[in-house]
Amino acid sequence: MTREPAQRHTAARPTEPPTRVTVTSPRTRAARARRVSIASEIDAQSRLGEVYVDSLMRSQLRLALAVVAALVLTLGLVPIVLHLVPAWGRVVVLGIPVPWVILTIVAFVEIVALGVFYVRRAERNEAAFSDLLDTR
Amino acid sequence: MSTAASVVAVILVALTSLGVGAFGLRISRTMSDFYVASRVVGPVLNASAISGEYLSAASFLGVAGLILARGVDMLWLPVGWTAGYLLLLVFVAAPLRRSGAYTLPDFAQLRVESSKARHVASLLVVGIGMLYLIPQFQGAGLTLRTLTGAPLWVGQVVVAIIVSLNVLPGGMRSVTLVQAFHYWLKLAALLTPIFFLLGAFVTGGAPAAVGRLDAVDWAEPLTGDYALYLTYSLVLATFLGTMGLPHVVVRFYTNPDGRAARRTTLVVLALLGAFYLLPVAYGILGRVLASDLVSSGRADSVVLELPGRLFSGVLADLLTALIAAGAFAAFLSTSMGLVVSVAGVLSQDVLRRRTELGHGVSAFRLATLIAVGLALGLTFVAARVPVAHAVELAFAVAASTFCPMLVLGIWWRRLTAVGVIAGLVVGGSLSMTAVLTTMMGIDADGLLGAILTQPAAITVPAAFATMIGASIATRHRQPPHVAQTMVRLHAPEHLTLNRGPFNPEAQLQARPDRLTARR
Repeated sequence: MTREPAQRHTAARPTEPPTRVTVTSPRTRAARARRVSIASEIDAQSRLGEVYVDSLMRSQLRLALAVVAALVLTLGLVPIVLHLVPAWGRVVVLGIPVPWVILTIVAFVEIVALGVFYVRRAERNEAAFSDLLDTR
Repeated sequence: MSTAASVVAVILVALTSLGVGAFGLRISRTMSDFYVASRVVGPVLNASAISGEYLSAASFLGVAGLILARGVDMLWLPVGWTAGYLLLLVFVAAPLRRSGAYTLPDFAQLRVESSKARHVASLLVVGIGMLYLIPQFQGAGLTLRTLTGAPLWVGQVVVAIIVSLNVLPGGMRSVTLVQAFHYWLKLAALLTPIFFLLGAFVTGGAPAAVGRLDAVDWAEPLTGDYALYLTYSLVLATFLGTMGLPHVVVRFYTNPDGRAARRTTLVVLALLGAFYLLPVAYGILGRVLASDLVSSGRADSVVLELPGRLFSGVLADLLTALIAAGAFAAFLSTSMGLVVSVAGVLSQDVLRRRTELGHGVSAFRLATLIAVGLALGLTFVAARVPVAHAVELAFAVAASTFCPMLVLGIWWRRLTAVGVIAGLVVGGSLSMTAVLTTMMGIDADGLLGAILTQPAAITVPAAFATMIGASIATRHRQPPHVAQTMVRLHAPEHLTLNRGPFNPEAQLQARPDRLTARR
């Protein structure tokens, strides 16, 4: 940020005297002041602070609900599908009936995979929130 | 069957557990406090302790017995008990750790700032804890009877004594290492015999099969009456119940922060998935080799009896002894976790309010003895409920009470104290009614009977609806610090933000089970 005036100086107006550059200074200072203000908005329990916390909560909740939806739309549908189409429960793969395969290997692999997906995304959401508070 | 090897194995497990407990206490005493200790142990040891505590008698013995007796529909138990941790991961793990709450009553107090809500939660912790402890003690009695012919009360009293001896010195600090050790012991105790059993079976060393795998009512799903309702109700109870179990929540406290809580849970998912394939294998093998156990009503002991069906002499004795050791580890580690959490609540919310015990440690120790004694007494009274089903009912109660409290408390700002109390009372009394009817052996016919056996599909939505409805009706009575509480639950720890007045560190002195007095 401290280099910014020099960059403008060379890029925009090569022959401009340095004194004019200080005009940009209030803008940098204003931007810096905001970093303090998001954290203090949250601490002050202002409407704005609540919006920031809500945005974190909503992104995490959306992620959680996406994982639950993935679970419900796969494993969760197994009983109702087998109830409606009992013949599928009698299909045999490699000598093992399909329901036995789904409710052992497939289910456990899916649960662990969803867990890995969730942890990565949740940490990314939190990193984004931290950046929001740190960089502005 | 020679019983000497099994008795020696059980005694060895008991002595090793006490030894590991003393060792763990010594390690953590040299640390400045439990927080530091937990930072050092890392996610794998922590996840081992969580899994070790979670895999109870129902998982170790009950699942295989139920699969042997009732077939494919029972596969939902291991799947649901693992998926329960996935839902715990996505809804609860990190925020719960960030809350700083040590027990579920702590969380109630933090979130809705009401000591009445705290007391209702305490009562439920004791109720669910007892419901879960009874089958552990029962399982110990049954196992020792299967192995040695000793009366039921012998195994029950032995487990009660060893649990007390492990919990009394240092509560949580002395059981963590024991529970981690028990996970690996249980895995080895099921994994080693299965190699021998499958080997003998595949190479044709097995006796002629006595049971068939293609019986329709066993191999095909959803064959009984109300099977669809029962399956979905079981799925709901197991998926949502895990996060509401008091001993599970306490264990998450040993994670250093929210991020670590998530990563630990991920390891737990892998550890549970690996373990739960084994009881399924035992159930299927049991169907082939020991299906007569179903008609004689001893399906629960199939895991213990299989080695004796295929082998004889020293090999059979050693394999049986190994399984007996694993089963005892299962009773011990789950019972320890339950006793620690129930005693923590009893000492904090009952004893220290009512009496002038003064010193926190003596209150916790007295509470430990009360919890163990109460569980032992109830076990003698409720002798007839099968092990795995009593545990299923505990999951249903947890799913109908603490699950809505945690999920709504973490994700919904408008939850109020009245909402929590109403939801806990409605969900708790409905599900407990079903539990008590089942425990007293009252059989209802038709759909009512199905609902009483698996109440979750009715009671969980009822609890959520009550909690939301009562909160909206009392929306003018928001907890004063709700905004700061939400920051505490969701913001990563490294950010410097105001997280409200709730200070778990200040309560350390009041938590002897978490930070024992140094001698």
